[in-house]
Amino acid sequence: MSHSPGTSRRQLLRTCAGGVLAGRTLSGQGRTPSSRVVIARDRALRGGGATPDSSRLLKLLDRAVQSCFDTGSAAEAWHKVARPGEVVGLKVNCLAGKGISTHVVLTQAICERLQQAGIPRKDILIWDRLNDDLDSAGFRVSVDRNGIRCVGNDEWGYEEELLVHGSAGSLVCNSLARVCHAVINLPVLKDHSIVGVTLALKNFFGAIHNPNKYHMNAGDPYVADVYMLPPIRDKVRVTICDALSAAYEGGPSYMPQWTWPFNGLMVSRDPVALDYTGWQIIEKKRAEMGMKPLKAEGREPKYIATAADARHRLGTCDPARIEQIEV
Amino acid sequence: MDRRRFLETAWLPCLAAGGTGLGAAAERQDDRQFIAEAKFYEKLAHKKIKCVLCPRECVIDDRERGYCGVRENRGGIYYTLVHSRVCAAHVDPIEKKPFFHFLPGTLAFSIATAGCNVNCKMCQNWEISQARPEQVRGIYLPPGDVAAAAAQSRCASVSYTYTEPVVFLEYVLDAAQACRAAGLKSGVVTGGYIKPEPLKELCRRVDAIKVDLKSFSQKFYSEVVNGDLKPVLDAIVTIRSLGAWCEIVYLVVPTLNDSEQEFRALAHWMRSDLGRDVPVHFTRFHPQYLLKNLPPTPLATLERAKAVADAEGLRYVYIGNVPGHPAEHTYCPNCKEKVVERTGFSVGAIRLRNGRCERCREVIPGIWKM
Repeated sequence: MSHSPGTSRRQLLRTCAGGVLAGRTLSGQGRTPSSRVVIARDRALRGGGATPDSSRLLKLLDRAVQSCFDTGSAAEAWHKVARPGEVVGLKVNCLAGKGISTHVVLTQAICERLQQAGIPRKDILIWDRLNDDLDSAGFRVSVDRNGIRCVGNDEWGYEEELLVHGSAGSLVCNSLARVCHAVINLPVLKDHSIVGVTLALKNFFGAIHNPNKYHMNAGDPYVADVYMLPPIRDKVRVTICDALSAAYEGGPSYMPQWTWPFNGLMVSRDPVALDYTGWQIIEKKRAEMGMKPLKAEGREPKYIATAADARHRLGTCDPARIEQIEV
Repeated sequence: MDRRRFLETAWLPCLAAGGTGLGAAAERQDDRQFIAEAKFYEKLAHKKIKCVLCPRECVIDDRERGYCGVRENRGGIYYTLVHSRVCAAHVDPIEKKPFFHFLPGTLAFSIATAGCNVNCKMCQNWEISQARPEQVRGIYLPPGDVAAAAAQSRCASVSYTYTEPVVFLEYVLDAAQACRAAGLKSGVVTGGYIKPEPLKELCRRVDAIKVDLKSFSQKFYSEVVNGDLKPVLDAIVTIRSLGAWCEIVYLVVPTLNDSEQEFRALAHWMRSDLGRDVPVHFTRFHPQYLLKNLPPTPLATLERAKAVADAEGLRYVYIGNVPGHPAEHTYCPNCKEKVVERTGFSVGAIRLRNGRCERCREVIPGIWKM
């Protein structure tokens, strides 16, 4: 593994061991205690311009996270996301460049709140598949151990042990498997030309070495099986889906003609409920725009139901059991 | 190729086989030297492309890759990322491929790049076949250097093997051309999952193709290989019709593709669609990758497969991965003389003269001389 110049092999191994221990003590917290999905929107988020206003976004984020964790204050909610001593990973989605990736301004807002919750900058790690992807979405790649690190899997590599669940057999990236104790999942609300939609569950294709093998049959059951790999299933604490801009067609690439300003965030501890809700939002927008439903296009995201089945139990896709809250 | 470059080549197998390639990030390399426009694709609207190299026909968005992971759409132009990007290189006996009717007793300079267009649960090289090129260490070995390295290693041929040459086809075509100019032959070891047009071009450039026919059932191809049977059968027929030397390997996986019915169907198809002279190797499976739960193939199963194929009238039926077994030798189908003796990858006496049995003058099909 190539790592930051200031990190010795011993330090790295210490970090890895810490990851294992912390993962054990928190085992189960990353699962889905609640199937609440919070949709927070602010029509005035961008003011008159194209860029979201950072202070309004921070307030929107607080409202959403507080509602998701059902706490008396936003600060209390952030303390539930992670605790001091843990390394917190932010899994962004940067494949499509600046047009339709996790916004830097949202990621900065989350970093700010994590620090206020007692997580030092050195214990925050932003990561995705490739340094180039991060760079193209506006993130500054950095492995400086004194600051917030931001790094692609191509920089830090993958675990050597193959993890297997069902149809998936993959190596998980070192950022997730060795370094992070807790993960905040930061997907984007968007269409996907092969698997229907790419939201909370699919975002972890960016954590494995062989995502290209798992797009057959519209990603079913592969997306659900990949999420079952222990470092993913056990470490994700919450999903904060970036729906500031959303895509109802043409994804995962950026196609400006098929994106719209949703000006919102979707937050949930249940990735399946979030995916189901996001899928319905995309279907509704497609219908508004006179487009066929995803099923008619042969890319209904059946993997969402698979993720909820008895073999996976990653959450619920039963609308009667999803508590949808708009704030 | 200078000595230093050749030594670099020599340590590559250690990386590939030692499991250190994927676990650590590959060293930063200048990727531009490995990138070339792909030969077989169609441009679609919105900068999408459709790959027409293999039967998957992946439709790929801008900045994305197809199933194989080694070809990328960049702004509506499709590129191979593995031209001259060698991640494994060995000097192997040709019998290891296995080719038994192609230059027996010679060495093959054997190379691979990362990637594959299927995902077999029993893959023995998954660390490189299921990886993206940037995830494993590679060196720049352009076609001319392949020929030079092969000649320097006293190899009679170059084998494109270990992973799946279909996904590095442009490199195979260029390297095979350089090898032919240098008086070397080329052999391809493939799953045969390829569309007809690229296959025809491949057959024009190389001398021999060994196809790993994984099973004779679509169910196995769907559940274990992640592919389809029919395009592979069609490819074998095409190879045979175009005159490239062809051998078939059938890895016998306990409980999954080892029924007598399946052996019989395979043998019958071979006889009717390929003729009796295409060699078939029934080889022993060893548990690995995603099929660690199964035992090695019992010898009796392999012998049963051979008996079925013999009974169908196939003339060159071998048993593989069982060193010392009598079915490693090539026998004259007429007089039963042992015309090529083998033990494992070692070749003993060869009793052939101008491609005929020394004893009875029966023609033994194959490529026996340079």
